[in-house]
Amino acid sequence: MSTEVPIAAYLILAAILFSIGVGAFLIKRNVISIFMSIELMLNAVNLTFVAFAHKWGAVSGQIFVFFVMVVAAAEAAVGLAIIIAIFRTRKTLNVDQINLMQN
Amino acid sequence: MQLALFIIFAALAIAGALNLLLQKHPINSALSLVVVMLSLAVLYWSLGAEFLAAAQVIVYSGAIMVLFVFVIMLLNAGEEEHTTGSRAAYFAGIPGSLAVFCLLSFVFLRESKALGNVHMSNAPAGAMSNIAQISEVLFTKLLLPFEVTSILILVAILGAVVLARKEEHE
Amino acid sequence: MHLTDFQIFLLLSLLKVAVVLVITLTAVAYTVLLERKVIGRMQNRWGPSRVGPFGLLQPLADGIKLFLKEDLTPMLVDRPLFLAAPVIALTCALVSVAVVPFGAVTIYKGVDLFEVANVNVGLLVILGITSIGVYGIALSGWSSNNKFALLGSLRATSQMISYELALGLSLVGVVLRAGSLNLRTIVDSQSAHGMISWNIFGGFQFVAFFIYLMSAYAETNRSPFDLPEAESELVAGYHTEYSSMKFAMFFMAEYANMITVSCVATLMFFGGASSPFGHLTDFGGPIAMGLQSIFWFLFKIVAFLFLYIWVRSTLPRFRYDQLMGFGWKFLMPVAIVNIIVTSLAMALHAKV
Repeated sequence: MSTEVPIAAYLILAAILFSIGVGAFLIKRNVISIFMSIELMLNAVNLTFVAFAHKWGAVSGQIFVFFVMVVAAAEAAVGLAIIIAIFRTRKTLNVDQINLMQN
Repeated sequence: MQLALFIIFAALAIAGALNLLLQKHPINSALSLVVVMLSLAVLYWSLGAEFLAAAQVIVYSGAIMVLFVFVIMLLNAGEEEHTTGSRAAYFAGIPGSLAVFCLLSFVFLRESKALGNVHMSNAPAGAMSNIAQISEVLFTKLLLPFEVTSILILVAILGAVVLARKEEHE
Repeated sequence: MHLTDFQIFLLLSLLKVAVVLVITLTAVAYTVLLERKVIGRMQNRWGPSRVGPFGLLQPLADGIKLFLKEDLTPMLVDRPLFLAAPVIALTCALVSVAVVPFGAVTIYKGVDLFEVANVNVGLLVILGITSIGVYGIALSGWSSNNKFALLGSLRATSQMISYELALGLSLVGVVLRAGSLNLRTIVDSQSAHGMISWNIFGGFQFVAFFIYLMSAYAETNRSPFDLPEAESELVAGYHTEYSSMKFAMFFMAEYANMITVSCVATLMFFGGASSPFGHLTDFGGPIAMGLQSIFWFLFKIVAFLFLYIWVRSTLPRFRYDQLMGFGWKFLMPVAIVNIIVTSLAMALHAKV
């Protein structure tokens, strides 16, 4: 049948999303945008987990995604709190200007 | 049906991700990330993971991204300025991500035959629903990791409270 | 003309969607009228009474007025987001009605007539769509470029994501008892003996119900939790800069959300479309039974809407810190205790 989707298509979609995430992570200059590209990469990885879970007919891949979501939630809470704290002291969100440790 | 769903939502996800990369204002990036997450939820559904699809919508787009939007609104973050560091990032970023993409898709395409197609009947459904299956494994085999995540969340809450609290000067 | 099964399915589904959408929008319009009438009577005045008999055409007049008003867009708004915000709010408010079963199972040519989509995780779908609805409000305030709107939407967003937790936790007890997230199964689990087997009475979920009710009021930004649009502090909150149809969309979204919340309360705690008298009232053919189930569902929904309005005209508004403290320090712990007690009771019951 021609209407069936190969699992590799899902994986390649995940690869595209992950690469865009990597690119955004390196190119973006705003802390919040950089943080969001990390979330994009996590999501791309989650898609591969779900695709492989479907391939093997097992739920352990889906449970891994569940754990990734929990960790991402915790990470977002702490990360955004750090961003708020940085913004209070430095009054900027640009990563090039947050260079107190550099000199 | 499966193919149409995949094409529509894969295109939507890629468009959202590219928009995240190209938009200058963080709030536009955040909203395009929400689009990516919602279309990924539909793709999870098409792979037979209905609980994860719902969790993706509730946790990622409903909680985490709302938090991002909230912080952007709270800090009134403006458009990105480009400074000295960013040109180097272009030279490292674009080739780097292209290399990652080439490597990953090479591996996936090589193994494409072995991976096979998506079958809805192949999905872990049958008599038990997806949620029952997940919870059975989660609360028996993986009980310890599950409990440890609750401690992780507790620590995260405490950390967030400590970090975001205004320091009181006496 | 001979139709295949798939075509029949498609046609009936589209028909269901259209009918449910029209009914919901009409219900939204008439909820506004109901609110104005009831509040009027509670404040010792008549409420709208001039347009049509008993003021019944008032929603139509309001609609025409809102359509014909000038559609202003302030100069310094973020235009795409400003336009998208009311659309997101209204869409999310209307879509969640899709998974609500509003009548007994009535199969016609393989299609369930009284539910648009029977989803395995129906409850999670409703919760998910509600959580997406936050974006409408958050963006409206941010894109308006107005400090009152921004404050209103910051308040609304934090209030909604805080009370979402208590709301979700209060429903866990019911899900535990039913053993499913499918809304049909949840309704079926309470329809054995009429009122006695409803979750609020027979299921001992009244604590959960009150937590649900309070967090639902906060979720829909209704009084006594209507701080996001507190007129005395914030002009009109997040929709300060909106006029004409865009304002009407927020208005409709609020009332559609009220209806959705009432639907969920009915399904989860009050036996959905089942009769309160159990099988005592089973008479007539399948058509009569179907109509009867719809009657009971609508009756319960209207009762909830009346309660909403009654609360609005009775209670004063909370202060902001009281609101947050109430949500996090009272409703959440009580909801968790409720889950523990329910699951303990179920485990002990299963053992004996």
